[in-house]
Amino acid sequence: MTLFIEQCLNGLQFGLLLFMLAAGLTLVFGIMDLVNLAHGSLYMVGAYFAATFTAFTGSFVLGAVLALLATLLVGMVVEVVAMRRLYGRDHLDHVLGTFGLILFFNESVRLIWGPAGLALPLPAWLQQPISILGFQYSAYKFSIIVVSLIVAGGLYALVMRTRIGMLIRAGASNREMVGALGVNIKLLYTLVFGLGAALAGLAGLMQAPILTVQIGMGENILILAFVITVIGGIGSIRGALVAALLVGFIDTLGRSYLPDMLREVLSPAAASTLAPALSSMLIYLLMAIVLIVKPEGLFSAGQR
Amino acid sequence: MPPLTFRNVLVAVLLIALVLLPVYSHLAGDRFALTLFTRIVIMALAAVSLNLILGFGGMMSFGHAVYLGIGGYAVGALANEGVYSGFVQWPVVILASALFALVIGALSLRTRGVYFIMITLAFAQMAYYIFAGIARYGGDDGLTIYKRSQFVDPLNLSNKTQFYYVCLTILFAAIYLVYRLINSRFGMVLQGVRSNEVRMRAVGFPTYRYKLTAFVIAGVLCGLSGALLANQADFVSPSVMYWTRSGDLIIMVVLGGMGTVVGPVMGAIALLVLEEVLSGFTEYWQIILGPLLLLVVLFARGGIDGLLGMLSERFPARRPS
Repeated sequence: MTLFIEQCLNGLQFGLLLFMLAAGLTLVFGIMDLVNLAHGSLYMVGAYFAATFTAFTGSFVLGAVLALLATLLVGMVVEVVAMRRLYGRDHLDHVLGTFGLILFFNESVRLIWGPAGLALPLPAWLQQPISILGFQYSAYKFSIIVVSLIVAGGLYALVMRTRIGMLIRAGASNREMVGALGVNIKLLYTLVFGLGAALAGLAGLMQAPILTVQIGMGENILILAFVITVIGGIGSIRGALVAALLVGFIDTLGRSYLPDMLREVLSPAAASTLAPALSSMLIYLLMAIVLIVKPEGLFSAGQR
Repeated sequence: MPPLTFRNVLVAVLLIALVLLPVYSHLAGDRFALTLFTRIVIMALAAVSLNLILGFGGMMSFGHAVYLGIGGYAVGALANEGVYSGFVQWPVVILASALFALVIGALSLRTRGVYFIMITLAFAQMAYYIFAGIARYGGDDGLTIYKRSQFVDPLNLSNKTQFYYVCLTILFAAIYLVYRLINSRFGMVLQGVRSNEVRMRAVGFPTYRYKLTAFVIAGVLCGLSGALLANQADFVSPSVMYWTRSGDLIIMVVLGGMGTVVGPVMGAIALLVLEEVLSGFTEYWQIILGPLLLLVVLFARGGIDGLLGMLSERFPARRPS
């Protein structure tokens, strides 16, 4: 039972982390109609910045804040230099152009930080387990859950309750009209892209102490983030949250319980070959089923 | 007879150069050129197949590399079980990729736009994880193929020159097939769907069936390319169907010129030769390739074929009175 609760918390943590990535992706997609494959690169850049700044300042929190600001800046520069020219092009151009950016980012990181991965050590106060409702759980993973929930709440408040959020939503439904009403659309887009980049960077730097910081770390998780945006319905933040949690739970629980469940019905040999493949496949299977049943995703945002 | 424009002359020269390449390789003793161009010809076949659905059908598949894996594993798995005859292997390759394309296509073609991009990607990733999980065929580490596909004497795929000509023949046959297809009624409908699917359906064409047929044909051609690739490398691993490989195929098609018959061939040559040249120049060659791609997307929409077309217009051929 304890194991089950722990796996559920892990699923929640993974889901919320994925939400951070998917939210940025779906914001950029919903508002700029831009397929951004380079989103995973920003996740990687965030992790590298965090490792560097933490080593430099000696403080994890300070390093994380600096890394966040740096990723925001990188995102805005990328938007001004490259992305801005891709708006209004077809999706094929987006895929190709941002694929080029991935190559560029990967090699730049290799040039600056070298081919070996980095480690981001945790401060002592995040390393020991804490007890929640009478059982032990990693303090760091718990803090990821807390931070992600705060960010998700903040994002909701920003998009639904502030003037900027209103402009973002207006821009998503009719960008020409918002521009015609005198809103500086270019600046708004740069801000939104920067925000998405910062969210990706935050996800990267929070994941960094759990996994190693390495080149290409953003690519596998980028595909997951895409799966989530598609399941949730492109452009819908609420959909991204639901889908991210769904994927987080299914992936985590699938990996831990599927092998045992398969052993019940199949021979042990067959189960041990099938289980790893099947558990990595589960979410793609989920996506295929969702798209077949609801081709526009669970929460389709705009009736555009 | 096509008009004698700069582009068409260049294409003809290119195709002749491909035919004569082994001669050069033997005379100059440049064995590497033959290996490189065998690979280029095989990838060009994959790009030609993707171009049929992407360039002519407007279906933006981001999982096309999956057939490279299906074709490769069909050869690899049969060889692993002791079946080396190409007369068994290759029909299995064709059947397996056709079946796979039929299933993926039937499900994916219900969606469109970004959803289509993502669902094809998801199916390819699914296949990637399946093959990475099959321990019998090497799992993650891939599968070594100890004997190439066997055909009747004197055809011997282990002979590099013969193998090159087999690949080239299949490539030319595929180009001819695509050329005939797109100029047929079927191809006209397909291109009509690319321009305006709603209108085509209103006119009364069952567009879904046309798209699915094109999807399956493209899958089979790419499966063959995968079988050749596995034969060339004597090895197949799940990494041939990783999503970045699908990205490479899209780059080849767009770089060469989407929706033109020989564009993808030029794209494959350009990308792989560029990789070779840049990687000789610096270890960090992708730092140049990445921005280059972005520039192509931003400023050279028609790809290489488009550039050649522009040159042809600037230097128009003199028409025979």
